[in-house]
Amino acid sequence: MTMTADPQSRPADRTAASGGHSVEIRDLDLQFGAVKVLQKLNLDVHEGEFLVLLGSSGCGKSTLLNCIAGLLEPTDGQIFIKGRNVTWEEPSNRGIGMVFQSYALYPQMSVRGNLSFGLKNARFSRDEIERRVSRAAEILQIQPLLDRKPGALSGGQRQRVAIGRALVRDVDVFLFDEPLSNLDAKLRADLRVELKRLHSRLRNTMIYVTHDQVEAMTLADRIAIMKGGEIMQLASPDEIYNRPKNRYVADFIGSPSMNFLEGQLQGETFRKDDLSLPMVGYDWASRPQGERGAIVGIRPEHVITGELVAGAPVRAEVVADVVEPMGSDTLVWGTLGGEAFRIRMDGNARVKEGDRLPIGIDPSRASLFDSRTELRL
Amino acid sequence: MSDIGMLNTVKAAEDPVRRVLDGPRGARPKRTFSRTNIFLYGTLIVVALYYLLPLYVMLVTSVKGMPEIRAGNVFAPPLEITFQPWVKAWAEACTGVNCEGLSRGFWNSVRILIPSVLLSISIALVSGYTLSKWKFKGSEVFFTILIVGAFIPYQVMLYPIVIILRDVGNFLGVQLFGSLTGLVLVHSVFGMPILTLLFRNYFASIPEELFKAARVDGAGFWGILFRIMLPMSLPILVVAIILQVTGIWNDFLFGVVYTRADSYPMTVQLNNIVNSVQGIKEYNVNMAATLLTGLVPLFVYFVSGKLFVRGIAAGAVKG
Ligand SMILES: Nc1ncnc2c1ncn2[C@@H]1O[C@H](COP(=O)(O)OP(=O)(O)OP(=O)(O)O)[C@@H](O)[C@H]1O
Ligand SMILES: [Mg+2]
Repeated sequence: MTMTADPQSRPADRTAASGGHSVEIRDLDLQFGAVKVLQKLNLDVHEGEFLVLLGSSGCGKSTLLNCIAGLLEPTDGQIFIKGRNVTWEEPSNRGIGMVFQSYALYPQMSVRGNLSFGLKNARFSRDEIERRVSRAAEILQIQPLLDRKPGALSGGQRQRVAIGRALVRDVDVFLFDEPLSNLDAKLRADLRVELKRLHSRLRNTMIYVTHDQVEAMTLADRIAIMKGGEIMQLASPDEIYNRPKNRYVADFIGSPSMNFLEGQLQGETFRKDDLSLPMVGYDWASRPQGERGAIVGIRPEHVITGELVAGAPVRAEVVADVVEPMGSDTLVWGTLGGEAFRIRMDGNARVKEGDRLPIGIDPSRASLFDSRTELRL
Repeated sequence: MSDIGMLNTVKAAEDPVRRVLDGPRGARPKRTFSRTNIFLYGTLIVVALYYLLPLYVMLVTSVKGMPEIRAGNVFAPPLEITFQPWVKAWAEACTGVNCEGLSRGFWNSVRILIPSVLLSISIALVSGYTLSKWKFKGSEVFFTILIVGAFIPYQVMLYPIVIILRDVGNFLGVQLFGSLTGLVLVHSVFGMPILTLLFRNYFASIPEELFKAARVDGAGFWGILFRIMLPMSLPILVVAIILQVTGIWNDFLFGVVYTRADSYPMTVQLNNIVNSVQGIKEYNVNMAATLLTGLVPLFVYFVSGKLFVRGIAAGAVKG
């Protein structure tokens, strides 16, 4: 093993080499001067997994990705790719390909030149280069563009070429830094689907940075939600959406975002003013005892309305404050228990501002957080 | 209802008055002789004449014979065109004892110019690239020192450089002080601050992600410089070449201080011809000699004027 020669090698490294993991990050620290951007970050990415790093602007997603790529030197910690310690390895020797937000195509080279640049640097034979370029061009359907310069391509075509540049390298791990965010909405949706298709065809490990939740939810096998250089939760999209680990994640995921009501948890019943929510069917992380401050989170789309209210476990009433019809559905803003409360209803629901709206709540779909630690209960 | 509406539109299309009243349409008409235009072009013409007049005087004087010059008015066109002054300026004019004209100075200048331009631009290119894309600990300090160097007046360094050239030359066993090699070194060093700044700012304006992509593609320090950065740097290279060619060609001070009579550059020799005390002043020869000396920078400007402006803008705005 190469890593036994590494002077920083610790006994813990051995577990890093165990199979199934494509990228492993151990206690990664990164500082820019005095600013700590990443702190003691640990992350395991499975073989063939599509992992999305999601977080608000400035939380360190790009920094983490650049560390994995070897474009930034970490202050401390280790990075393994396919069990090999690549912490001190050059970007080109890590077995990664990277796609950038601004495409970063070499402007003076043709598409073919862009695709083959890395292969030429790695001294591949001309036949091999030709073979790989035409394969990538075929996969991405850019064969007719091969002899054009990047300046003569549309945004979507450029991004395809940028993906092709990673593709020809035949690497184990693909790194994407917000590859679709410079494209318009329709093209973004198209390319998103194409990326998903590409992943199911190639089965490479992909690490994908975005701050678009739709991309994250649709593409990811697992999502890592980041905040302030730390990973808040690493789980499947379903888990993140339905069982957010803390209030930040709950608030971050979902649009419009989750409604929060702050009150008291007595036994297994949440109370706020005259609202009482017995948490029947709720999947407790740890069964509560006694009384404590708690926050209940209810997604706007999980609020029961219309005829179904009659059969709901808990019923209440909300006064519609603002009604936003959005075609496919209607968003109603109101107040419940003295706090702002959003409800997502069907697109053809007839609601007027000022209406008193009977609603139902299903506690089994709600989330409960401790009001002090903000962790899921 | 719909019938009436249709009737109206048909009527509107037929009625010419209505169409004009519709409001403006298509390209806006422009007046050639508006007040702004007269003022603008008037000023430009006056300024252009002001700058071109001396050139005109020099040109006509250089093709007149001495009698005509003595007799006539400087602005008058030549009655009889002669190229004798040009030939004399190039091949026969005397400075002190030798009478080879400007030709020797021209070739000296060429021998100074080419290595100085190549050397200074190469060094500055690599330093500018390093300072923008491969920052190291202390690179900002290094850069600041370099820039401060640009603001120290030349005169202050004149004599210290004489000593440096002499001593280093003695140490290495080559003649630096008083030779073309020494002058080439001096030009290269003095070109460094401004050129490095120019290249650094230009490279800083090239997106970071492009540089990262090249690193992922396995290109190293030189690979990225030559294969990615240089092909994108034509405008700034042209600017650097123009700055250096004109600066070095027009240099007088360093030439006179750091070389000897047999290796004087063209400017110094021009001065010696024009200011020579023996004999009568041959204005036509002096004018021809001056024009000859100015030809190289003029040529460079004409050939690359457009690229020059574009490159200056690119280097100045970003970074
Ligand atoms: N070169 C640098 N020097 C100092 N601080 C930096 C540098 N690069 C990034 N940072 C800081 O590190 C933090 C994380 O930056 P990063 O680019 O990783 O954010 P991000 O999550 O990718 O954000 P975005 O979604 O806007 O791209 C930010 O607060 C940023 O200001
Ligand atoms: Mg980023």
